[in-house]
Amino acid sequence: MSPNNSENKTDQYRRKFLSQSAAVAGLAIAPGLVLNQVAHAKSDSDKASSANRWGILIDTNKCNKGCTDCVTACKTENGWGSVDGKASSETHSSKEQQAQWIRKVTITDKQTGHVQSLPLMCQHCETAPCVDVCPTGASMKREDGIVQVDKHICIGCRYCMMACPYKARSFIHEKLELQKATAPRGIGTVESCNMCAHRVDKDQNPACVEACTKAEHSAMIFGDLKDANSAISIELKKHGGEQIRADLGLNTGVRYQGL
Amino acid sequence: MMSLRQFAKHLVVLVGLTALPMLSTAGDLGPVPPKAKMNASDTTKCVEPIGDMRKNHMEFLKHKRDETMREGVRTKTHSLVECIDCHVTPNDKGEFARIGDDEHFCSSCHNYAAVNVDCFDCHSDLPQGAATKNPHLNKLTAGGTK
Amino acid sequence: MKKPAFKQIDGNSINYWMLLALLGGFVLAAIGSHFYMEHGGHYVTGMNNQIVWGLPHVFAVFLIVAASGALNIASISSVFGKTAYKPLAPLSTLVALALLAGGLMVLVLDLGRPDRLIVAMTIYNFKSIFAWNMILYNGFFLIVGIYMWTMLQRNMNKYSKIAGFTAFFWRLALTTGTGSIFGFLVARQAYDAAIMAPMFVVMSFSFGLAIFLLIVMASYKWTGRPLGDATFNRLKNLLGVFVAGVLYFVIAQHLTNLYATEHHGVEAFILRDGGIYTQLFWYGQIILGSLIPLAIIYHPTIGKSRSAISVASIFIVLGGLAQMYVIIIGGQAYPLELFPGKEVSSTFFDGGVNSYTPTFAEALLGLGGIAVSLFMVAFAVKVLRFLPESLADEAVDPHHSK
Repeated sequence: MSPNNSENKTDQYRRKFLSQSAAVAGLAIAPGLVLNQVAHAKSDSDKASSANRWGILIDTNKCNKGCTDCVTACKTENGWGSVDGKASSETHSSKEQQAQWIRKVTITDKQTGHVQSLPLMCQHCETAPCVDVCPTGASMKREDGIVQVDKHICIGCRYCMMACPYKARSFIHEKLELQKATAPRGIGTVESCNMCAHRVDKDQNPACVEACTKAEHSAMIFGDLKDANSAISIELKKHGGEQIRADLGLNTGVRYQGL
Repeated sequence: MMSLRQFAKHLVVLVGLTALPMLSTAGDLGPVPPKAKMNASDTTKCVEPIGDMRKNHMEFLKHKRDETMREGVRTKTHSLVECIDCHVTPNDKGEFARIGDDEHFCSSCHNYAAVNVDCFDCHSDLPQGAATKNPHLNKLTAGGTK
Repeated sequence: MKKPAFKQIDGNSINYWMLLALLGGFVLAAIGSHFYMEHGGHYVTGMNNQIVWGLPHVFAVFLIVAASGALNIASISSVFGKTAYKPLAPLSTLVALALLAGGLMVLVLDLGRPDRLIVAMTIYNFKSIFAWNMILYNGFFLIVGIYMWTMLQRNMNKYSKIAGFTAFFWRLALTTGTGSIFGFLVARQAYDAAIMAPMFVVMSFSFGLAIFLLIVMASYKWTGRPLGDATFNRLKNLLGVFVAGVLYFVIAQHLTNLYATEHHGVEAFILRDGGIYTQLFWYGQIILGSLIPLAIIYHPTIGKSRSAISVASIFIVLGGLAQMYVIIIGGQAYPLELFPGKEVSSTFFDGGVNSYTPTFAEALLGLGGIAVSLFMVAFAVKVLRFLPESLADEAVDPHHSK
């Protein structure tokens, strides 16, 4: 045997060892990588799961009184209200009868004169009063916490509208047509913000959050409240977030800072 | 008490009167639904076999609506939006029929069978993006939706 | 005591047919207004996203509450064994069923999707008091129907006691359920109170008996049958007790609310600053609906006049409608307290008192409910033996005390 051979053998052993270690390490990490992907990406055939709880965090300090980007985005995405001067599709309904899924609320403190502004939409409560009172179960909460109306079985009794502490729900007072494919809405049924469930199911932000982020106001964060590493959870842990009407104990999915 | 002859006479009159309205449908070959984009046939399957679809489409849709709405499953099979996208096609002038018109795919059969279709109070009866293409969109639908 | 003889009314006079025609006209108007509302949508009504329940609901809830109260007379005879009320027991069940039918008709016809009623009757979310009410209302028809049958058919009379007991407890559950519709609403300042359920029960006693007394007085006057003072005074005195009972509950509710600073906003609204709601509360509910009737009923001389008592009963009905209006619509007009202590404004009408102007169509729908109930009673007493031939003192209770 030449000395080269023994060296070659050592090299071979070393190579083998290195490649084997790399393979084992790779195998050890790979499931983590794969699982990490599954945890973050929802395919079309996956069901909404209670492993997630979707929430929105709104920093009212960053919310400008005159800005309505979130409202406009919701209108465009879901096909309600008047956008860019074009009249609402609810042409017969009065202003008091037209639907509003999200609105900007201006709050003035009577004692201090301090003025704040914030967007208010369905708060996606954990124990939603609207879900409790619906006689047919049309007002429902998905496994992942999104509260919405199943308009297939809504009888239009409006009890959920009586029950909602946030006046989040609207009733459709006239015939509609040319609804968005992702936001069916119809006469005689009740509707509200559904946190853009059709977008959430495709791993996107709700339209309001997306618009706020794109315009770089950064007042709204969307994410998984059950994921300790999500941006929203980290922010909530750092700076907290309050519920509107916290006294009701509804554990809302939408939280506010700076109230 | 009537005799057998009297009874037979009554029976003939009764059956005859009942059958009279059927004369109005003489020569009726049934509904003529417009062709879809994919042009499925007895040999070319679309979503499901044609006979199966005709008989059970309401069950497929009902099952799918709960899957999508309540569970967030957004696959395209049996999706109403996909049905509309394929089946509601424009005519040569680029115009779309609306629900309630005999030329609309769903109404072509539902009008004939006089079965109310509940979907389109909430769901759009036109494919996505059709709004910009149809000059007749301002006319409200005929009585088919009620 | 001779068993009271029941007999159909003749129902041949022109006045009877005119009554049926008048009531039928209102029923048709209600159906017409329903089609008007359903065809284009609710935009034709005054209801909106702030006031979601309006005049139709005022009438509907009033009729439903009165329905269970109208059963009182039958319950008193079957459950509490007061035989003096027995002759009126069948009529009591009839009026109860008729009022419930009228109220439910209005409620169902106002739904956004009344074509989905079958969904509401087959798919239940049992956490919802509404769902329980569906079962309670339908069960009421069944149970009171059976109760009525046990009284009308001689060989079934022995079951009338058990049927009466069942009906009694069922109607208490039903009215508790109706009051809980509002009592269970945590969101609104005017509701979310445990007192709503028992208050509705006592309201049912008062409204139901007022309507029942009016029907008895009208039936006996218009058919020329005798209505003795013994029966009349019993019903009249009972009505006074019930009206006082409602007043007590109203006082208890408002005094309790006034004690808590949290509720001062809504109390000031109802009692002082609410415009139409304040007027309806004081003039309609309290003065017209409670104080004047009490004064009439307990007055030594006026209380003996039948026409005065019928006026008092009408006032009680009007006051009851006013009370429902204040509860249902006033409760929605007062804004939701999202940010206590702060001024709130938005494009969705947050922070301010909400406005509601009822339309003619809604009023017709509500009145149609009353008309359906009265039509059913007027028709039923002609075809079946609900009315005793005589309610003269000797026929009812030879040993009566005045």
